[in-house]
Amino acid sequence: MKIQGKAFKVGRDIDTDIIIPAQYLTTFDAKELAKHCMEPLDPKFYDKVKDGGIIVAEENFGCGSSREHAPIALKGAGVGAVVAKSFARIFFRNAVNMGLPIFESTEAVDAIAAGDDVGIDSETGVIDDLTTGESFEVASFPDFLTEIIEAGGLIAYTRERVKSENGKNRK
Amino acid sequence: MSMTITEKIIAAHAGREKVQPGELVNVKIDLALSNDITAPGAIQEFAKTGVDEVFDRDKVVIVPDHFTPNRDIKSAEQAKMVREFAHAQKLTNYFEIGQMGIEHALLPELGLVLPGDLVIGADSHTCTYGGLGAFSTGMGSTDLAAAMATGETWLRVPSSIKIIIDGQLQPWVTGKDIILFIIGQIGVDGALYQAMEFEGTTIDSLSMDSRFSICNMAIEAGGKNGIIAADETTRSYVSERSTRAYTPFVSDGGAEYERVLKYSAEDIDLQVAFPHLPSNAKEINSVGDVEVDQVVIGSCTNGRIEDLRIAAKILADKKVASGIRLIIIPATQAIYKQAMNEGLFNIFIDAGGVVSTPTCGPCLGGHMGVLAAGERALATTNRNFVGRMGHKDSEVYLAGPAVAAATAVAGKIAKP
Repeated sequence: MKIQGKAFKVGRDIDTDIIIPAQYLTTFDAKELAKHCMEPLDPKFYDKVKDGGIIVAEENFGCGSSREHAPIALKGAGVGAVVAKSFARIFFRNAVNMGLPIFESTEAVDAIAAGDDVGIDSETGVIDDLTTGESFEVASFPDFLTEIIEAGGLIAYTRERVKSENGKNRK
Repeated sequence: MSMTITEKIIAAHAGREKVQPGELVNVKIDLALSNDITAPGAIQEFAKTGVDEVFDRDKVVIVPDHFTPNRDIKSAEQAKMVREFAHAQKLTNYFEIGQMGIEHALLPELGLVLPGDLVIGADSHTCTYGGLGAFSTGMGSTDLAAAMATGETWLRVPSSIKIIIDGQLQPWVTGKDIILFIIGQIGVDGALYQAMEFEGTTIDSLSMDSRFSICNMAIEAGGKNGIIAADETTRSYVSERSTRAYTPFVSDGGAEYERVLKYSAEDIDLQVAFPHLPSNAKEINSVGDVEVDQVVIGSCTNGRIEDLRIAAKILADKKVASGIRLIIIPATQAIYKQAMNEGLFNIFIDAGGVVSTPTCGPCLGGHMGVLAAGERALATTNRNFVGRMGHKDSEVYLAGPAVAAATAVAGKIAKP
Protein backbone atom coordinates (compact mmCIF):
# COMPACT_ATOMS: atom_id res chain seq x y z
CA MET A 1 0.00 0.00 0.00
CA LYS A 2 1.21 3.50 -0.82
CA ILE A 3 0.22 6.37 1.42
CA GLN A 4 0.78 10.06 0.80
CA GLY A 5 0.02 13.20 2.75
CA LYS A 6 1.26 16.35 4.43
CA ALA A 7 3.13 15.92 7.71
CA PHE A 8 1.26 17.05 10.80
CA LYS A 9 3.89 17.21 13.55
CA VAL A 10 3.03 16.57 17.19
CA GLY A 11 5.06 16.17 20.38
CA ARG A 12 5.51 13.25 22.75
CA ASP A 13 2.87 11.52 24.92
CA ILE A 14 -0.09 12.39 22.71
CA ASP A 15 -2.76 10.65 24.76
CA THR A 16 -6.09 9.14 23.76
CA ASP A 17 -7.98 11.95 25.52
CA ILE A 18 -6.36 14.33 23.03
CA ILE A 19 -6.93 12.05 20.05
CA ILE A 20 -10.61 11.72 20.93
CA PRO A 21 -11.93 13.26 24.20
CA ALA A 22 -13.96 10.84 26.34
CA GLN A 23 -17.10 12.97 26.19
CA TYR A 24 -17.55 11.87 22.55
CA LEU A 25 -17.34 8.13 23.24
CA THR A 26 -21.03 7.54 22.77
CA THR A 27 -20.59 6.38 19.20
CA PHE A 28 -18.25 4.25 17.08
CA ASP A 29 -19.18 6.19 13.93
CA ALA A 30 -15.92 7.21 12.22
CA LYS A 31 -17.33 10.40 10.64
CA GLU A 32 -18.84 11.57 13.91
CA LEU A 33 -15.67 10.85 15.90
CA ALA A 34 -13.50 12.45 13.22
CA LYS A 35 -15.04 15.89 13.82
CA HIS A 36 -13.58 15.93 17.33
CA CYS A 37 -10.28 14.22 16.57
CA MET A 38 -7.33 16.02 18.24
CA GLU A 39 -9.73 18.76 19.32
CA PRO A 40 -7.92 19.73 22.56
CA LEU A 41 -4.65 20.11 20.63
CA ASP A 42 -5.94 21.83 17.51
CA PRO A 43 -9.66 22.46 16.95
CA LYS A 44 -8.91 22.89 13.23
CA PHE A 45 -7.18 19.50 12.97
CA TYR A 46 -10.03 17.96 11.01
CA ASP A 47 -9.89 20.69 8.36
CA LYS A 48 -6.14 20.38 8.14
CA VAL A 49 -6.00 16.64 7.47
CA LYS A 50 -9.28 15.86 5.80
CA ASP A 51 -7.65 15.66 2.39
CA GLY A 52 -5.01 13.28 3.69
CA GLY A 53 -2.43 13.81 6.37
CA ILE A 54 0.34 11.89 8.04
CA ILE A 55 0.89 12.40 11.74
CA VAL A 56 4.55 12.58 12.66
CA ALA A 57 4.93 12.18 16.41
CA GLU A 58 7.60 11.93 19.07
CA GLU A 59 7.59 9.12 21.69
CA ASN A 60 4.65 7.25 23.25
CA PHE A 61 1.91 8.18 20.76
CA GLY A 62 -1.52 6.99 21.87
CA CYS A 63 -0.85 6.57 25.58
CA GLY A 64 -3.76 6.35 27.96
CA SER A 65 -7.01 4.53 27.50
CA SER A 66 -7.88 1.44 25.47
CA ARG A 67 -10.50 3.25 23.40
CA GLU A 68 -10.53 1.96 19.86
CA HIS A 69 -12.30 5.20 19.02
CA ALA A 70 -8.79 6.74 18.80
CA PRO A 71 -7.58 4.98 15.62
CA ILE A 72 -11.15 5.09 14.26
CA ALA A 73 -11.26 8.88 14.71
CA LEU A 74 -7.84 9.34 13.09
CA LYS A 75 -8.79 7.22 10.10
CA GLY A 76 -12.14 8.92 9.84
CA ALA A 77 -10.47 12.34 9.85
CA GLY A 78 -8.36 11.37 6.87
CA VAL A 79 -5.09 10.49 8.56
CA GLY A 80 -3.37 8.03 6.27
CA ALA A 81 -0.68 6.89 8.69
CA VAL A 82 1.10 7.73 11.92
CA VAL A 83 4.88 7.76 12.06
CA ALA A 84 6.19 7.94 15.63
CA LYS A 85 9.34 7.32 17.62
CA SER A 86 7.30 4.88 19.70
CA PHE A 87 3.69 3.88 20.32
CA ALA A 88 1.84 3.06 23.51
CA ARG A 89 1.03 -0.64 23.41
CA ILE A 90 -2.78 -0.69 23.45
CA PHE A 91 -2.89 1.96 20.74
CA PHE A 92 -0.46 -0.16 18.71
CA ARG A 93 -2.79 -3.18 18.90
CA ASN A 94 -5.86 -1.11 18.15
CA ALA A 95 -4.24 0.54 15.13
CA VAL A 96 -3.29 -2.86 13.70
CA ASN A 97 -6.81 -4.17 14.34
CA MET A 98 -8.42 -1.09 12.79
CA GLY A 99 -6.12 -1.06 9.79
CA LEU A 100 -4.54 2.32 10.57
CA PRO A 101 -0.99 2.08 9.21
CA ILE A 102 1.63 2.91 11.85
CA PHE A 103 5.40 3.11 11.54
CA GLU A 104 8.19 3.49 14.07
CA SER A 105 11.19 5.54 13.01
CA THR A 106 13.18 7.97 15.12
CA GLU A 107 15.19 9.15 12.08
CA ALA A 108 12.11 9.92 10.02
CA VAL A 109 10.43 11.81 12.88
CA ASP A 110 13.56 13.87 13.49
CA ALA A 111 14.02 14.71 9.80
CA ILE A 112 10.48 15.39 8.60
CA ALA A 113 9.31 18.98 9.06
CA ALA A 114 5.72 20.12 9.55
CA GLY A 115 3.98 20.47 6.21
CA ASP A 116 6.45 18.31 4.27
CA ASP A 117 4.94 15.99 1.68
CA VAL A 118 5.47 12.45 2.90
CA GLY A 119 5.09 9.21 0.95
CA ILE A 120 5.09 5.78 2.57
CA ASP A 121 5.29 2.39 0.90
CA SER A 122 4.04 -0.06 3.52
CA GLU A 123 5.27 -3.09 1.58
CA THR A 124 8.89 -2.01 1.27
CA GLY A 125 8.82 -0.17 4.59
CA VAL A 126 10.23 3.02 3.08
CA ILE A 127 9.21 6.50 4.17
CA ASP A 128 10.07 9.29 1.73
CA ASP A 129 10.14 12.95 2.62
CA LEU A 130 9.13 14.14 -0.85
CA THR A 131 9.87 17.76 0.08
CA THR A 132 13.52 17.16 1.00
CA GLY A 133 14.14 13.95 -0.96
CA GLU A 134 15.29 12.05 2.13
CA SER A 135 14.38 8.37 2.61
CA PHE A 136 14.01 6.25 5.75
CA GLU A 137 13.61 2.53 6.23
CA VAL A 138 11.38 1.15 8.96
CA ALA A 139 11.48 -2.29 10.56
CA SER A 140 8.70 -4.60 9.41
CA PHE A 141 6.06 -6.08 11.73
CA PRO A 142 6.53 -9.60 13.13
CA ASP A 143 5.16 -12.29 10.75
CA PHE A 144 2.18 -12.99 12.96
CA LEU A 145 1.00 -9.39 12.83
CA THR A 146 1.53 -9.28 9.09
CA GLU A 147 -0.69 -12.37 8.90
CA ILE A 148 -3.44 -10.53 10.76
CA ILE A 149 -3.08 -7.45 8.59
CA GLU A 150 -3.06 -9.54 5.40
CA ALA A 151 -6.16 -11.44 6.51
CA GLY A 152 -7.89 -8.04 6.60
CA GLY A 153 -7.66 -7.41 10.33
CA LEU A 154 -8.20 -9.41 13.48
CA ILE A 155 -11.89 -10.14 12.96
CA ALA A 156 -11.38 -11.54 9.47
CA TYR A 157 -8.44 -13.53 10.81
CA THR A 158 -10.58 -14.86 13.67
CA ARG A 159 -13.44 -15.71 11.29
CA GLU A 160 -11.06 -17.83 9.22
CA ARG A 161 -9.70 -19.55 12.30
CA VAL A 162 -13.13 -20.30 13.73
CA LYS A 163 -14.25 -21.66 10.36
CA SER A 164 -11.26 -23.98 10.08
CA GLU A 165 -11.69 -25.27 13.61
CA ASN A 166 -15.35 -25.82 12.83
CA GLY A 167 -17.41 -26.75 15.84
CA LYS A 168 -15.45 -25.95 18.94
CA ASN A 169 -16.64 -27.17 22.31
CA ARG A 170 -18.86 -24.53 23.80
CA LYS A 171 -20.37 -24.18 27.16
CA MET B 1 14.99 -22.28 33.33
CA SER B 2 14.00 -19.38 35.54
CA MET B 3 10.93 -17.30 34.80
CA THR B 4 9.19 -14.25 36.25
CA ILE B 5 5.66 -14.50 37.62
CA THR B 6 4.35 -12.79 34.47
CA GLU B 7 6.16 -15.25 32.19
CA LYS B 8 4.90 -18.20 34.25
CA ILE B 9 1.25 -17.14 34.04
CA ILE B 10 1.52 -16.55 30.29
CA ALA B 11 3.30 -19.89 29.76
CA ALA B 12 0.64 -21.73 31.78
CA HIS B 13 -2.11 -20.19 29.63
CA ALA B 14 -0.22 -20.84 26.41
CA GLY B 15 0.18 -24.53 27.27
CA ARG B 16 3.93 -24.07 27.27
CA GLU B 17 6.73 -25.07 29.62
CA LYS B 18 8.44 -21.78 29.08
CA VAL B 19 8.08 -18.45 27.33
CA GLN B 20 10.61 -15.69 26.69
CA PRO B 21 10.21 -11.93 26.47
CA GLY B 22 9.52 -10.84 22.91
CA GLU B 23 7.78 -14.07 21.85
CA LEU B 24 4.28 -13.82 20.43
CA VAL B 25 2.05 -16.46 21.98
CA ASN B 26 -1.57 -17.47 21.86
CA VAL B 27 -3.12 -17.79 25.32
CA LYS B 28 -6.37 -19.02 26.83
CA ILE B 29 -8.09 -16.36 28.88
CA ASP B 30 -9.89 -16.75 32.19
CA LEU B 31 -12.01 -13.62 31.79
CA ALA B 32 -12.86 -11.09 29.06
CA LEU B 33 -14.14 -7.78 30.40
CA SER B 34 -15.73 -4.74 28.81
CA ASN B 35 -17.86 -1.74 29.81
CA ASP B 36 -20.58 0.52 28.43
CA ILE B 37 -18.24 2.48 26.18
CA THR B 38 -16.03 -0.34 24.88
CA ALA B 39 -18.56 -3.22 24.74
CA PRO B 40 -20.61 -1.67 21.90
CA GLY B 41 -17.59 -1.85 19.59
CA ALA B 42 -16.80 -5.38 20.75
CA ILE B 43 -20.38 -6.54 20.21
CA GLN B 44 -20.43 -5.02 16.73
CA GLU B 45 -17.18 -6.81 15.80
CA PHE B 46 -18.21 -10.05 17.55
CA ALA B 47 -21.19 -10.23 15.19
CA LYS B 48 -18.75 -10.37 12.26
CA THR B 49 -16.76 -13.35 13.58
CA GLY B 50 -19.34 -15.89 12.46
CA VAL B 51 -19.71 -17.15 16.02
CA ASP B 52 -23.18 -17.02 17.57
CA GLU B 53 -22.38 -17.57 21.21
CA VAL B 54 -19.58 -16.27 23.37
CA PHE B 55 -16.97 -18.91 24.26
CA ASP B 56 -18.13 -19.18 27.87
CA ARG B 57 -21.01 -17.20 29.30
CA ASP B 58 -19.42 -17.29 32.76
CA LYS B 59 -16.19 -15.76 31.53
CA VAL B 60 -17.43 -12.81 29.52
CA VAL B 61 -18.02 -9.95 31.95
CA ILE B 62 -19.71 -6.65 31.13
CA VAL B 63 -19.93 -3.80 33.61
CA PRO B 64 -21.72 -0.64 32.47
CA ASP B 65 -19.87 1.82 34.70
CA HIS B 66 -18.47 4.73 32.67
CA PHE B 67 -21.44 6.89 31.66
CA THR B 68 -23.96 5.16 33.93
CA PRO B 69 -26.47 5.75 35.43
CA ASN B 70 -27.01 6.97 31.89
CA ARG B 71 -25.81 10.54 31.50
CA ASP B 72 -27.68 11.31 28.26
CA ILE B 73 -29.67 9.70 25.46
CA LYS B 74 -26.65 8.50 23.50
CA SER B 75 -25.12 6.77 26.50
CA ALA B 76 -28.53 5.32 27.37
CA GLU B 77 -28.66 3.80 23.91
CA GLN B 78 -25.19 2.32 24.26
CA ALA B 79 -26.12 0.89 27.67
CA LYS B 80 -29.28 -0.58 26.17
CA MET B 81 -27.40 -2.28 23.36
CA VAL B 82 -24.96 -3.78 25.87
CA ARG B 83 -27.79 -4.94 28.14
CA GLU B 84 -29.59 -6.64 25.26
CA PHE B 85 -26.42 -8.44 24.19
CA ALA B 86 -25.78 -9.59 27.78
CA HIS B 87 -29.30 -10.94 28.05
CA ALA B 88 -29.26 -12.59 24.63
CA GLN B 89 -25.95 -14.29 25.48
CA LYS B 90 -27.20 -15.15 28.97
CA LEU B 91 -24.05 -13.71 30.51
CA THR B 92 -23.69 -14.69 34.16
CA ASN B 93 -21.63 -11.64 34.93
CA TYR B 94 -23.48 -8.64 33.57
CA PHE B 95 -24.09 -6.09 36.30
CA GLU B 96 -27.07 -3.78 36.08
CA ILE B 97 -27.43 -0.56 38.09
CA GLY B 98 -27.92 -1.79 41.63
CA GLN B 99 -25.24 -4.45 41.33
CA MET B 100 -22.92 -2.39 39.16
CA GLY B 101 -19.74 -0.86 40.55
CA ILE B 102 -16.57 0.44 38.92
CA GLU B 103 -15.37 -2.65 37.07
CA HIS B 104 -11.86 -2.85 38.52
CA ALA B 105 -13.13 -2.58 42.07
CA LEU B 106 -16.09 -4.87 41.42
CA LEU B 107 -14.39 -7.90 39.87
CA PRO B 108 -11.91 -8.54 42.70
CA GLU B 109 -14.61 -7.82 45.28
CA LEU B 110 -16.82 -10.54 43.77
CA GLY B 111 -13.95 -13.01 43.59
CA LEU B 112 -14.10 -13.12 39.79
CA VAL B 113 -10.32 -12.77 39.45
CA LEU B 114 -7.93 -15.01 41.38
CA PRO B 115 -4.15 -15.32 41.65
CA GLY B 116 -2.59 -16.90 38.57
CA ASP B 117 -5.51 -15.95 36.30
CA LEU B 118 -5.06 -14.37 32.89
CA VAL B 119 -7.57 -11.60 32.27
CA ILE B 120 -8.03 -9.21 29.38
CA GLY B 121 -10.34 -6.24 29.33
CA ALA B 122 -11.39 -3.53 26.92
CA ASP B 123 -10.32 -0.92 29.43
CA SER B 124 -6.77 0.21 30.02
CA HIS B 125 -7.02 -0.08 33.81
CA THR B 126 -7.63 -3.82 33.55
CA CYS B 127 -4.05 -4.07 34.85
CA THR B 128 -5.53 -3.49 38.34
CA TYR B 129 -5.95 -7.25 38.98
CA GLY B 130 -2.17 -7.64 39.09
CA GLY B 131 -2.73 -6.72 42.73
CA LEU B 132 -4.04 -10.27 43.18
CA GLY B 133 -1.05 -11.90 41.50
CA ALA B 134 -2.96 -12.31 38.24
CA PHE B 135 -1.79 -11.30 34.75
CA SER B 136 -4.25 -8.77 33.43
CA THR B 137 -3.99 -6.22 30.68
CA GLY B 138 -6.07 -3.78 28.66
CA MET B 139 -6.89 -4.09 24.96
CA GLY B 140 -9.30 -2.59 22.47
CA SER B 141 -12.82 -3.60 21.54
CA THR B 142 -11.81 -5.65 18.51
CA ASP B 143 -9.28 -7.69 20.48
CA LEU B 144 -12.02 -8.29 22.99
CA ALA B 145 -14.48 -9.34 20.28
CA ALA B 146 -12.07 -11.98 19.03
CA ALA B 147 -11.48 -13.19 22.59
CA MET B 148 -15.23 -13.39 23.27
CA ALA B 149 -15.51 -15.62 20.21
CA THR B 150 -12.54 -17.91 20.79
CA GLY B 151 -11.60 -17.67 24.48
CA GLU B 152 -8.10 -16.83 23.34
CA THR B 153 -5.93 -13.87 22.51
CA TRP B 154 -2.39 -13.21 21.33
CA LEU B 155 0.20 -11.60 23.54
CA ARG B 156 3.74 -10.47 23.12
CA VAL B 157 5.52 -11.76 26.23
CA PRO B 158 6.72 -8.62 28.03
CA SER B 159 10.11 -8.24 29.64
CA SER B 160 9.85 -7.34 33.31
CA ILE B 161 11.01 -4.52 35.54
CA LYS B 162 11.37 -5.40 39.20
CA ILE B 163 10.54 -2.62 41.62
CA ILE B 164 11.58 -3.27 45.19
CA ILE B 165 10.31 -1.07 47.99
CA ASP B 166 11.46 -1.73 51.51
CA GLY B 167 10.78 -0.07 54.82
CA GLN B 168 7.95 1.58 56.65
CA LEU B 169 5.69 4.12 55.01
CA GLN B 170 5.20 7.56 56.48
CA PRO B 171 1.82 8.50 57.98
CA TRP B 172 -1.02 8.86 55.42
CA VAL B 173 1.09 7.50 52.55
CA THR B 174 -0.70 4.77 50.59
CA GLY B 175 -0.34 2.78 47.38
CA LYS B 176 -1.34 5.81 45.31
CA ASP B 177 1.66 7.80 46.54
CA ILE B 178 3.95 4.85 45.82
CA ILE B 179 2.81 4.51 42.22
CA LEU B 180 2.80 8.28 41.55
CA PHE B 181 6.32 8.41 42.97
CA ILE B 182 7.47 5.56 40.71
CA ILE B 183 5.85 7.06 37.60
CA GLY B 184 7.53 10.35 38.54
CA GLN B 185 10.85 8.51 38.56
CA ILE B 186 10.51 6.49 35.34
CA GLY B 187 8.10 8.59 33.26
CA VAL B 188 4.87 7.84 31.40
CA ASP B 189 6.64 5.47 29.02
CA GLY B 190 9.20 4.23 31.54
CA ALA B 191 7.73 0.73 31.45
CA LEU B 192 6.47 0.73 27.86
CA TYR B 193 5.39 -2.81 26.80
CA GLN B 194 6.84 -4.17 30.05
CA ALA B 195 5.61 -5.95 33.17
CA MET B 196 6.04 -4.01 36.41
CA GLU B 197 6.61 -6.44 39.24
CA PHE B 198 6.46 -5.02 42.76
CA GLU B 199 7.99 -6.57 45.86
CA GLY B 200 9.70 -5.73 49.14
CA THR B 201 8.74 -5.38 52.77
CA THR B 202 6.68 -2.25 52.08
CA ILE B 203 4.61 -4.05 49.46
CA ASP B 204 4.19 -7.02 51.83
CA SER B 205 2.70 -4.71 54.44
CA LEU B 206 0.16 -3.13 52.07
CA SER B 207 -3.59 -3.77 52.12
CA MET B 208 -5.22 -5.24 49.02
CA ASP B 209 -6.77 -1.83 48.37
CA SER B 210 -3.34 -0.18 48.14
CA ARG B 211 -2.01 -3.03 46.00
CA PHE B 212 -4.88 -2.49 43.55
CA SER B 213 -4.09 1.25 43.42
CA ILE B 214 -0.47 0.50 42.52
CA CYS B 215 -1.19 -2.06 39.79
CA ASN B 216 -4.06 0.08 38.48
CA MET B 217 -1.64 2.77 37.38
CA ALA B 218 0.98 0.50 35.76
CA ILE B 219 -0.58 1.63 32.46
CA GLU B 220 0.29 5.24 33.30
CA ALA B 221 3.95 4.23 33.04
CA GLY B 222 3.18 2.52 29.73
CA GLY B 223 3.28 -0.90 31.39
CA LYS B 224 1.53 -3.93 29.98
CA ASN B 225 0.72 -5.18 33.46
CA GLY B 226 1.56 -4.55 37.08
CA ILE B 227 1.87 -7.53 39.37
CA ILE B 228 2.32 -8.40 43.03
CA ALA B 229 2.69 -12.08 43.89
CA ALA B 230 -0.05 -13.46 46.11
CA ASP B 231 0.74 -13.78 49.81
CA GLU B 232 -1.22 -14.36 53.00
CA THR B 233 -3.01 -11.00 52.60
CA THR B 234 -4.12 -12.05 49.10
CA ARG B 235 -5.15 -15.53 50.14
CA SER B 236 -7.26 -14.23 52.96
CA TYR B 237 -8.89 -11.67 50.60
CA VAL B 238 -9.83 -14.24 47.96
CA SER B 239 -10.88 -17.00 50.38
CA GLU B 240 -13.74 -14.77 51.54
CA ARG B 241 -14.87 -14.28 47.97
CA SER B 242 -14.41 -17.42 45.93
CA THR B 243 -14.29 -21.19 46.24
CA ARG B 244 -12.73 -21.66 42.80
CA ALA B 245 -9.36 -23.43 42.80
CA TYR B 246 -6.43 -21.31 41.65
CA THR B 247 -2.71 -21.68 41.02
CA PRO B 248 -0.60 -18.87 42.42
CA PHE B 249 2.80 -18.19 40.85
CA VAL B 250 5.96 -16.55 42.11
CA SER B 251 9.06 -15.41 40.24
CA ASP B 252 12.07 -17.73 40.30
CA GLY B 253 15.23 -16.54 42.03
CA GLY B 254 17.17 -16.49 38.80
CA ALA B 255 14.49 -14.82 36.67
CA GLU B 256 15.75 -12.10 34.35
CA TYR B 257 14.71 -8.48 34.56
CA GLU B 258 15.17 -5.62 32.15
CA ARG B 259 16.05 -3.53 35.18
CA VAL B 260 15.69 -3.57 38.95
CA LEU B 261 14.68 -0.40 40.78
CA LYS B 262 15.04 -0.09 44.54
CA TYR B 263 13.38 2.50 46.74
CA SER B 264 13.11 3.09 50.42
CA ALA B 265 9.62 3.72 51.79
CA GLU B 266 11.02 6.46 54.02
CA ASP B 267 11.83 8.47 50.88
CA ILE B 268 8.28 8.35 49.54
CA ASP B 269 6.25 11.31 50.77
CA LEU B 270 2.66 12.17 49.87
CA GLN B 271 2.59 12.88 46.13
CA VAL B 272 0.72 15.25 43.83
CA ALA B 273 0.93 14.85 40.05
CA PHE B 274 0.62 18.21 38.30
CA PRO B 275 -1.09 18.69 34.93
CA HIS B 276 -0.92 17.22 32.36
CA LEU B 277 0.87 13.95 32.95
CA PRO B 278 0.84 11.46 35.83
CA SER B 279 4.64 11.63 35.75
CA ASN B 280 4.65 15.28 36.88
CA ALA B 281 4.68 14.06 40.47
CA LYS B 282 5.89 16.33 43.27
CA GLU B 283 6.22 15.82 47.00
CA ILE B 284 3.46 17.51 48.92
CA ASN B 285 5.92 19.91 50.58
CA SER B 286 7.03 21.34 47.25
CA VAL B 287 3.56 21.91 45.80
CA GLY B 288 3.22 25.58 46.78
CA ASP B 289 -0.09 27.45 46.70
CA VAL B 290 -2.51 25.74 44.34
CA GLU B 291 -6.14 26.65 44.85
CA VAL B 292 -8.78 24.24 43.55
CA ASP B 293 -12.48 24.38 42.68
CA GLN B 294 -13.30 20.71 43.09
CA VAL B 295 -12.06 17.60 44.87
CA VAL B 296 -13.03 14.12 43.66
CA ILE B 297 -12.47 11.04 45.80
CA GLY B 298 -13.29 7.88 43.89
CA SER B 299 -12.45 5.92 40.69
CA CYS B 300 -10.95 2.49 40.01
CA THR B 301 -7.75 3.82 41.56
CA ASN B 302 -9.03 5.13 44.89
CA GLY B 303 -12.73 4.50 45.44
CA ARG B 304 -12.26 1.63 47.88
CA ILE B 305 -13.06 1.43 51.58
CA GLU B 306 -9.50 2.19 52.70
CA ASP B 307 -9.64 5.43 50.69
CA LEU B 308 -12.99 6.45 52.11
CA ARG B 309 -11.87 5.70 55.67
CA ILE B 310 -8.78 7.84 55.24
CA ALA B 311 -10.86 10.68 53.83
CA ALA B 312 -13.34 10.39 56.70
CA LYS B 313 -10.58 10.52 59.30
CA ILE B 314 -9.43 13.85 57.90
CA LEU B 315 -12.91 15.26 57.28
CA ALA B 316 -14.34 14.36 60.69
CA ASP B 317 -15.61 17.49 62.46
CA LYS B 318 -14.24 19.64 59.62
CA LYS B 319 -15.92 21.66 56.91
CA VAL B 320 -15.13 21.74 53.24
CA ALA B 321 -13.69 25.18 52.44
CA SER B 322 -16.18 27.70 51.12
CA GLY B 323 -16.70 27.40 47.38
CA ILE B 324 -15.07 23.96 47.07
CA ARG B 325 -17.11 21.11 45.62
CA LEU B 326 -16.25 17.79 47.26
CA ILE B 327 -17.57 14.76 45.36
CA ILE B 328 -17.10 11.33 46.89
CA ILE B 329 -17.83 8.25 44.79
CA PRO B 330 -17.63 4.83 46.47
CA ALA B 331 -16.54 2.40 43.76
CA THR B 332 -19.10 -0.36 44.33
CA GLN B 333 -22.43 -0.94 46.04
CA ALA B 334 -20.73 -3.07 48.72
CA ILE B 335 -18.21 -0.31 49.45
CA TYR B 336 -21.06 2.21 49.45
CA LYS B 337 -23.01 0.17 51.98
CA GLN B 338 -19.98 -0.49 54.14
CA ALA B 339 -19.06 3.19 54.21
CA MET B 340 -22.65 4.07 55.06
CA ASN B 341 -22.78 1.51 57.87
CA GLU B 342 -19.49 2.72 59.28
CA GLY B 343 -20.95 6.22 59.50
CA LEU B 344 -18.59 7.70 56.91
CA PHE B 345 -21.44 9.29 54.95
CA ASN B 346 -22.45 11.33 57.98
CA ILE B 347 -18.92 12.67 58.15
CA PHE B 348 -18.83 13.46 54.41
CA ILE B 349 -22.23 15.12 54.37
CA ASP B 350 -21.68 17.06 57.60
CA ALA B 351 -18.42 18.33 56.13
CA GLY B 352 -20.31 19.63 53.11
CA GLY B 353 -19.42 16.95 50.57
CA VAL B 354 -21.73 14.92 48.34
CA VAL B 355 -21.80 11.14 47.97
CA SER B 356 -22.56 9.66 44.56
CA THR B 357 -23.68 6.27 43.38
CA PRO B 358 -20.80 4.23 41.86
CA THR B 359 -19.65 5.47 38.44
CA CYS B 360 -16.42 6.32 36.62
CA GLY B 361 -18.18 9.63 35.92
CA PRO B 362 -15.89 12.63 36.35
CA CYS B 363 -12.61 10.70 36.02
CA LEU B 364 -12.96 10.80 32.24
CA GLY B 365 -15.08 13.93 32.04
CA GLY B 366 -18.27 11.90 31.65
CA HIS B 367 -20.65 13.28 34.24
CA MET B 368 -20.98 13.88 38.02
CA GLY B 369 -18.42 16.66 38.17
CA VAL B 370 -17.26 17.83 34.74
CA LEU B 371 -15.00 20.92 34.82
CA ALA B 372 -15.53 24.26 33.07
CA ALA B 373 -12.77 26.22 31.33
CA GLY B 374 -10.28 27.58 33.83
CA GLU B 375 -11.40 25.27 36.63
CA ARG B 376 -9.08 23.11 38.60
CA ALA B 377 -9.67 19.82 40.40
CA LEU B 378 -7.63 17.66 42.69
CA ALA B 379 -8.71 14.05 42.24
CA THR B 380 -7.79 10.59 43.43
CA THR B 381 -8.27 9.41 39.84
CA ASN B 382 -5.54 8.18 37.49
CA ARG B 383 -5.14 10.62 34.59
CA ASN B 384 -4.56 14.34 34.42
CA PHE B 385 -4.32 14.66 30.65
CA VAL B 386 -5.49 17.84 28.90
CA GLY B 387 -9.29 17.97 29.15
CA ARG B 388 -9.54 14.68 31.00
CA MET B 389 -12.21 15.91 33.44
CA GLY B 390 -13.96 18.31 31.12
CA HIS B 391 -12.98 21.49 29.26
CA LYS B 392 -9.59 21.45 27.57
CA ASP B 393 -8.64 24.52 29.59
CA SER B 394 -9.36 22.86 32.92
CA GLU B 395 -6.74 21.19 35.09
CA VAL B 396 -6.53 17.97 37.10
CA TYR B 397 -4.05 17.30 39.90
CA LEU B 398 -3.71 13.68 41.05
CA ALA B 399 -3.19 12.54 44.62
CA GLY B 400 -4.21 9.95 47.18
CA PRO B 401 -7.23 10.17 49.49
CA ALA B 402 -5.42 11.90 52.38
CA VAL B 403 -4.24 14.84 50.29
CA ALA B 404 -7.64 14.99 48.60
CA ALA B 405 -9.53 15.28 51.88
CA ALA B 406 -7.05 17.79 53.32
CA THR B 407 -7.32 19.83 50.12
CA ALA B 408 -11.11 19.94 50.34
CA VAL B 409 -10.81 21.41 53.84
CA ALA B 410 -8.03 23.87 52.99
CA GLY B 411 -9.40 24.97 49.60
CA LYS B 412 -5.92 24.59 48.18
CA ILE B 413 -3.67 21.57 47.81
CA ALA B 414 -2.71 20.59 51.34
CA LYS B 415 -1.36 17.77 53.44
CA PRO B 416 -3.32 16.30 56.34
